[in-house]
Amino acid sequence: MNAVNTQHNDSLLRFMTCGSVDDGKSTLIGRLLFDTKTILADTLTQISNTSRKRGMEAVDLSLLTDGLQAEREQGITIDVAYRYFSTGTRKYIIADAPGHEQYTRNMVTAASTANLAIILIDARRGVLTQTRRHSYLAHLVGIQHIVVAVNKMDLVNYDQATYDKICADYLAFAKEIGLAQARDIRFIPMSALMGDMLVDRLDNMPWYLGETLLEILETAPAAHTEKDEEFRFPVQFVCRPHASADAELHDFRGFMGRIESGEISVGDTVTVLPNGYQSKVKSIQLGDVQMQTAQTEQSVTLLLEDEIDTSRGDMIVKAGSTIEAVKNIEAFVCWLSETAMSPARTYVIRHTTRESKAKVGSISYKVDVNTLEEQATTDLKMNDIARIHFKLAQPLMVDSYSANRATGAFIIIDDSTNNTVGAGMLI
Amino acid sequence: MNKQPLSYLDWLESEAIYILREVAGQCANPVLLFSGGKDSLCLLRLAEKAFRPGRFPFPLMHIDTGHNYKEVIDFRDQRAAELGERLIVRSVEDSMKRGTVVLKSEDESRNKHQSVTLLEAIEEFGFDCCIGGARRDEEKARAKERIMSFRDEFGQWDPKNQRPELWNLYNARSHKGENIRAFPISNWTEMDVWQYIERENLGLPSIYYAHQRDIVMRGGSIVPVNVPLVSGELTNPVKPGEEIINMQVRFRTVGDISCTAPVPSDADTVSKIVLETATSTITERGATRLDDQTSDASMEQRKKEGYF
Repeated sequence: MNAVNTQHNDSLLRFMTCGSVDDGKSTLIGRLLFDTKTILADTLTQISNTSRKRGMEAVDLSLLTDGLQAEREQGITIDVAYRYFSTGTRKYIIADAPGHEQYTRNMVTAASTANLAIILIDARRGVLTQTRRHSYLAHLVGIQHIVVAVNKMDLVNYDQATYDKICADYLAFAKEIGLAQARDIRFIPMSALMGDMLVDRLDNMPWYLGETLLEILETAPAAHTEKDEEFRFPVQFVCRPHASADAELHDFRGFMGRIESGEISVGDTVTVLPNGYQSKVKSIQLGDVQMQTAQTEQSVTLLLEDEIDTSRGDMIVKAGSTIEAVKNIEAFVCWLSETAMSPARTYVIRHTTRESKAKVGSISYKVDVNTLEEQATTDLKMNDIARIHFKLAQPLMVDSYSANRATGAFIIIDDSTNNTVGAGMLI
Repeated sequence: MNKQPLSYLDWLESEAIYILREVAGQCANPVLLFSGGKDSLCLLRLAEKAFRPGRFPFPLMHIDTGHNYKEVIDFRDQRAAELGERLIVRSVEDSMKRGTVVLKSEDESRNKHQSVTLLEAIEEFGFDCCIGGARRDEEKARAKERIMSFRDEFGQWDPKNQRPELWNLYNARSHKGENIRAFPISNWTEMDVWQYIERENLGLPSIYYAHQRDIVMRGGSIVPVNVPLVSGELTNPVKPGEEIINMQVRFRTVGDISCTAPVPSDADTVSKIVLETATSTITERGATRLDDQTSDASMEQRKKEGYF
């Protein structure tokens, strides 16, 4: 690894880790940060002091990732934390979520921005209920790449037969829930504690010829690069500097937003939804740069040929696109709030840059995240996942979540507290 | 399919622009906190890219402790004037005059007292959102910070009562009196900031670059002495028995004089600083923030009290 890393054109990978403290998740993250030389001397001194205070002989790398005082006192992590490292070819953002059952909402939160998930399995214990839960949630939230990390191989004498059996068990289960068919799954034997197969191979598992964890991370496709997506441009803000002293700006009307998927070029014919007006792209700007074409994830300003009345919450798509404006939606919802969902209440749904009041039409069933059984229910408590039908006051322009994570996702807001109380994925 | 993804600096830039525009779209009366420091200078460039040719949909505001480096204050004023945007300055010294800030001793750091002045300014102007340049990589307590962080009527941050943040669907709603702190460069590291400054060719206050300075060694830290304030007055006097050393140093962070220490360096250009950052063995705050060394949890404590 090159210690001096100053390249500019590196790509970005966002991934998450699923597992509990017992699986060595914090140790795995600590090891990745340590072996990629992200940990600097003063931080190391700090955690080795803490390790000594707690009576440990070796430096406990898991201390690198537990953040808040309240959590340190209890020795657990209760919220999603974000960590950063860079290798010289790629920059990484890790979403580190606690894995216990009562923290389903944290796992869903972490998964919502990840393109790859590392699912940790303790080699001594094999595929557990929590492994199923983590896999189901990663699948539900649309993570494309799954890395099954069979950890603590040092505690089973680096035994290949143990590893092979766990892989076979996992694959059988993954086929059952449709995960194996839909996603890219890799397996890797490792010891986060000793460092086997994370950044360095070491010599303990000569029988394993596959990639190390870092090699998998370095080559995993970045988001939005794997399939063609339709152009989606939710309008965030309209720039009209007509009061400006510059007369040329008098008619300037720029539609500002981030391209959530697809690409757009000057001259393309577009439709502005929900009204359905058509026009052509006159110009694309990023700062003072004029662009011919802009791509997914770029925040730009679009100027259209015609004067069209457009505001925040509208969506610009290419003419002929299949997107629909709907007032009835069906979605999987994860409830995030300690206050249970009340089917009698009206909530606010925020979808892209648009909001609508929403009423629960019906709850088809909720999913037991451990057995994956569908159960009848009339309400929704924190960490529950259910299939729900909503009626909307205003139309939303939606895609299915499986087709488009940006235009298929929404959050539910309780407008009495303004809290974010639910997360939805459109079917 | 072999599409080229955005480079990560472009991605970070685009994310930050998106967050700024969400603030503008969702909040009625936001403000951007601008100190003249490197992180907030990045924010200004990002705001230009987000809103030009229009004006910024928010004023700039600095909470001045009165103990800031003159070079930084001059740069702050110059930059705001170049952009033609409104700059509000509220000072901890005014809070002291009002009696809302009481120092324990003459030389107590005023850094943590900025919270009081900030809350007073929020109330004075009725701001519903403050945009800041804090980053998650700066400190442990920040790793779990939201992009849109909710503060109650007392400006308090309750780590256990934060809104879940999924996808890029940010919730910046608040009731009257409550407040959102928005952090567009949450996902940036110190290295990213320097690389962005290099790429965008951003000007910085001179003290970020290597320069000769009188310092003393105090409690293992490099402490600048006899520092001229904007008023011309000198602060940080030498204590008896201390020996003044003239050293080549630069600042990695810039804040209240009483709590930011420089590091020895001969990096006098941005590209040299990028190289030095890549090979540094000490974290940014570890090296330079005298106020974070008190305990493992001192930042968390200050944030609960309303600190940025």
